[in-house]
Amino acid sequence: MAHKRRAMLIDPLVDNNPITLQVLGICSALAVTSSLKVAFVMAIAVTLVTGFSSMFISMIRNQIPASIRIIVQMVIIASLVIVVDQLLKAFAYEISKTLSVFVGLIITNCIVMGRAEAFAMKNPPLDSFIDGVGNGLGYGLILMMVGVIRELFGSGSLFGVTILETVNNGGWYVPNGMLLLPPSAFFIIGLLIWGFRTWKPGQVEDREFRIQTVEAH
Amino acid sequence: MEDLISLAVKAIFVENLALSFFLGMCTFIAVSKKISTAIGLGISVMVVQAITVPANNLILTYLLAPGALAWAGFGDVDLTFLGLISYIGVIAALVQILEMVLDKYFPPLYNALGVFLPLITVNCAILGGSLFMVERGYDFSESVTYGVSSGFGWALAITAMAGVREKLKYSDIPDGLQGLGITFITAGLMAMAFMSFSGVKL
Repeated sequence: MAHKRRAMLIDPLVDNNPITLQVLGICSALAVTSSLKVAFVMAIAVTLVTGFSSMFISMIRNQIPASIRIIVQMVIIASLVIVVDQLLKAFAYEISKTLSVFVGLIITNCIVMGRAEAFAMKNPPLDSFIDGVGNGLGYGLILMMVGVIRELFGSGSLFGVTILETVNNGGWYVPNGMLLLPPSAFFIIGLLIWGFRTWKPGQVEDREFRIQTVEAH
Repeated sequence: MEDLISLAVKAIFVENLALSFFLGMCTFIAVSKKISTAIGLGISVMVVQAITVPANNLILTYLLAPGALAWAGFGDVDLTFLGLISYIGVIAALVQILEMVLDKYFPPLYNALGVFLPLITVNCAILGGSLFMVERGYDFSESVTYGVSSGFGWALAITAMAGVREKLKYSDIPDGLQGLGITFITAGLMAMAFMSFSGVKL
């Protein structure tokens, strides 16, 4: 049992990653990664919301009528997100300003809904909590990887601490401004997916269209 | 009037919901394999966006904003913290109503859009539109313009994406990039193209 739970926590990190394999929750993954600190806070927020919403939904899963389950799940998730939003505004106002609408958008983050619907509705609370946290961590892992690349090479720092001294400050590193702009997030995630799938070839999608090989006569 | 036009241009091209704020990405990636379905979804998003953003604007002005309940005798009540839950409720309810109205009075349109409507409730572009409206403090006429034009921008982006992907499936792509990977890189290139609008001012 303990082994199974550990697997549930570790599995979504690489083998069944919500972003690179299940294609869930990409919206915020791209938008909040231009600085590592913001990405870190967002990852924690999503992990907490996914974990607790899965747990609460799983607790009342036998009482929820099937026809209105989406609304019930939505209300639970939205209430948790409001708590997170208010906490951020109270204790980390600067970060909550940078995250702007993306905290609210955790509600429509497909990871939260997806895990509630696919896992929490069928499993007991503790398992659902672990599954939710695992998926939140898998999401956080990608977020941090993208965040490290974008902040380190885009502005030469990590968590706001200068690592590569930029030319503007008299150092040697010419920052790649492109990495701070939205399109770079698409490229980095695309390349990360390429990397993940080369490492785990089982995740490669089938071709829709095979190029015919013409044999020489 | 001029502000509204410039707001519309900005919402369609410069601050495109899909390509510069990454909103509605899940559906953007999942439903952009064929042009016809992409157009259907794009139009539904535009319609829903055009209704929900102004509706949420009214909710905010008359129910939630500090002092908004003065008409009911609760002048000093501030309910803005209930914002998120009200907006998502309004969106879910409106999508449901829209679905029923279309089913009853415009069956052909319902058959064309029907499958996409439930998907739209959880599309972040819709909630994102409402949240941006709140954050930037748009008034009613601005929120109507913003709703229509940001929906149009999203529709434009997904249609263009579907066009690219229809051609792309005949290309010889490395195995690991197949499907999701190359779609992201294509979206990145499109986002770069849209960034060139950023200097445009009317």
